[in-house]
Amino acid sequence: MAQMTMIQAITDALRIELERDENVLVFGEDVGKNGGVFRATDGLQKQFGEHRVFDTPLAESAIGGLAIGLALQGFRPVPEIQFFGFLFEVMDSIAGQMSRMRYRTGNTEQAPITIRSPFGGGVQTPEMHADSLEGLMAQTPGVKVVIPSTPYDAKGLLISAIRDNDPVIFLEHMKLYRSFRQEVPEGEYTIELGKADVKREGKDVTIIAYGAMVHSSLKAAEELEKQNISAEVIDLRTVSPLDVETIINSVKKTNRAVVVQEAQRQAGVAANVVAEIQERAILHLEAPVLRVTAPDTVYPFAAVENEWLPDAKDIVAKVLEVIHF
Amino acid sequence: MKHVLNEIESKFEMFQILNEKGEIVNEEHVPDLSDEQLRELMRRMVYTRVLDQRSIALNRQGRLGFYAPTAGQEASQIASHFALEKEDFILPGYRDIPQLIWHGLPLYKAFLYSRGHYHGNQMDGVQALHPQIIIGAQYIQAVGVAMGMKLRGKKSVAVTYTGDGGTSQGDFYEGLNFAGVYNVPAIFFVQNNFFAISVPREMQSKAKTLAQKAVAAGIEGFQVDGMDPLAVYAITKHARERAINGEGPSLIETITYRYGPHTMAGDDPTRYRTEDLDNEWEKRDPLIRFRIYLKNKGLWTDEEEEAVIEQAKEDIREAIKQADNTPKQKVSELIEFMFEELPPTLQEQLEEYKRKESN
Ligand SMILES: Cc1ncc(C[n+]2csc(CCOP(=O)(O)OP(=O)(O)O)c2C)c(N)n1
Repeated sequence: MAQMTMIQAITDALRIELERDENVLVFGEDVGKNGGVFRATDGLQKQFGEHRVFDTPLAESAIGGLAIGLALQGFRPVPEIQFFGFLFEVMDSIAGQMSRMRYRTGNTEQAPITIRSPFGGGVQTPEMHADSLEGLMAQTPGVKVVIPSTPYDAKGLLISAIRDNDPVIFLEHMKLYRSFRQEVPEGEYTIELGKADVKREGKDVTIIAYGAMVHSSLKAAEELEKQNISAEVIDLRTVSPLDVETIINSVKKTNRAVVVQEAQRQAGVAANVVAEIQERAILHLEAPVLRVTAPDTVYPFAAVENEWLPDAKDIVAKVLEVIHF
Repeated sequence: MKHVLNEIESKFEMFQILNEKGEIVNEEHVPDLSDEQLRELMRRMVYTRVLDQRSIALNRQGRLGFYAPTAGQEASQIASHFALEKEDFILPGYRDIPQLIWHGLPLYKAFLYSRGHYHGNQMDGVQALHPQIIIGAQYIQAVGVAMGMKLRGKKSVAVTYTGDGGTSQGDFYEGLNFAGVYNVPAIFFVQNNFFAISVPREMQSKAKTLAQKAVAAGIEGFQVDGMDPLAVYAITKHARERAINGEGPSLIETITYRYGPHTMAGDDPTRYRTEDLDNEWEKRDPLIRFRIYLKNKGLWTDEEEEAVIEQAKEDIREAIKQADNTPKQKVSELIEFMFEELPPTLQEQLEEYKRKESN
C-alpha cells in the first residue's frame, strides 16, 4: 500500500494497463515528454517508448478519430483530451462516431476507447478550461461516463474503463488531483463500472453526488450530524449508466433525497437521478427531491467562480428544506 | 512521375530585411517608415517587453491570473500590428494581449482579463474580440468578419493570430479555405515559436514550412523572420494592401520564439527545451537588432529607452490600481448576461443569487 494523490493513482493505473496489455496506447497533446499538463502520464513515454505513449498534433477531433481507427485495428486507445472544455472539438468523434460503433455495425465492431480528461472547476483556470460537461456525455447513448472522487476509486475505475469493450469517458476533477492522499493498493484491482458507493450511512436523508461534490456532501453530512440529522451520502462514481438500485434502496430507507452536482441545473445528471427516484419510489418520499446545482449560466469568469460553485453550505440548506418540508 | 512538393517547398524561403546584427540585408524591401515611425515601433517593443516582465512578476505575486508570456515575440506581434489601421478588426489568441493594447485596449482591462473579470472582455469600441482560448476558432471567425467588411464595402481587413500548434486544427484549414473561396480581406498570422506547450513544431506537420499551407487553399503565403520588425512590418503592409485591393487573403508565418514558459500556470520549459536552444534564439532578439539599427541611424539613445521603461512601469502601476478599484463582479450580474430577456427559470435564479449576495 502506498499513499497516493489522485493524479498518482491515475498514472499508476495507466502504467499497469500499458504493462499488462500491449494493445493499450496512450496519446494526446503534451502527454509524451512533458508527461501531460497535469503530469498524469509522467514518465510513461520513457518507460514504454514513443510507440505506446505519444504526443499528437494539436487537434482534438483528430485525437478522437485516431482512437476510432486504432480501435478498428484491435488496439485499446486511451487518449487524453487536455481539458474537457475542448469536448466540443472532439464531440463528433465521441457522440457521432465511437458511441455508435457497436450499434451501427450490427454488433460486429466495437470501440474499446477510454477518453481521459480533466474537468470541473474551482482551480482558477482561463475560460473553457473549467466546466462540467458530463451531462452532455450522459445524454449520449453508447458511452459510459465515469467520475472518480478518490485516488482509490480513480485507479480501480480507470483500470476497469480501459478493459471495458465500450467507449468510456473518464472525467478527472481538477480540484481532486492533488487535494488529498489515500492508501492505494499496489498492483491491479478493478472497481465495477456502473456501481455507486455508499460513502456514509445515514437514516434521515440521502445525499447523492459525484466528483468533487462528494466531498462537499460529506462535509455537509458532518455539519448535519451536529444538528442530529443523519445523512447517507452516495457517490455515483458512474453517472451513465446510473446505479439506480443503490439510489432507490437508500431512498426507500431515508425517504428523503437531495441530489448534488457542480454542473448547471438545466437538463443535467441530477435531473436524471430525480426522475429515476420519482418514477420508482414516489410513495416512499416524505418530501420533494431537491437539487443543489450551479445556476444556468456559462461557466463563470475565474474571479467569481468560487461564489458560483455550489458548496457544503448550499447542501446543508437544501437538506434542511427537505427535512422540514 | 513529377514530384511537385520539393519545388513548392523550395519557394517558401524566410523573408528577412534586418539581420540579427542589425544590418539591412534586403535593401530593396526596406519599408518606407519615417524616423518618428521607426522610433515609435521601437518604443512599443520596449514597452511591451517591460509589460511582459511586470506581468510575470505580478502573476507570481498573485496580483494577476492567467498570463501567457510574450518576450521574444515582439517583432511578430508589435510590428505586424504596426502595419494595421484602427478600423482593422483583430481576432487574437491568448498570447496576443500586446496587439490588443496597441489597438486601444486600456492596460487595466488587459489586467482584468487576466484576473478573469468580464470587464477585460468588453472591448468598448476597440475593433477586436477578446483573446480566443479555443485554439483555431478565431481563424474561421476572422473569415466571417472579413466577409462582413467586404459586403459592407469597408476598406479594412480582419486579422487573426494563432501559433504553430494552431495550424493542426481543422478550423485553421477551414478558415484558409473559406477565405480563399470568398476572396475576403483577411490576414492570418501563424506565430511559429516552435513549441505548442511542449510539443515541437515537427510534431505539428511534416510540411517544411507552415506558410505553404496557403497553397492548398489557393491563397498567398509568406514566411518571414519573426524576430525582424522591418520584415514583419513590410510583409504585413503588403498583405494588407492586397486585401484592401480585393486581391485576397494571406497567410503569414512568423519565425519566432517565446523565451518564457507557455503560461504562468506551472509550465516548465526545461522538460522540453534545452538552454542552448534558448540562448541561440535570444541572440536573434528583435529588440537587440532594432536597437543597433536605430542607434546606427542616430535615432535611439539609452536615455530614450530608459524613459520608455519608466513610462511603462508607471502606466502598469496605475493600471493595476485601476484594476484593483474595479467593482467585483457578481454571479447575479453574470446571470443577466445570459439572454437579452431572461426566461422565468433564470429570473428565479437571479433573485436567489441577489438574495445570497445581499447577505
Ligand atoms: C482547442 C484547444 N485545444 C487545446 C488547448 C490547450 N492549449 C492551450 S495553448 C496550447 C498550445 C498552443 O500552441 P501554439 O498554437 O503553437 O501557440 P503558442 O502557445 O505557442 O503561442 C494548447 C495545447 C486549447 N486552448 N484549445
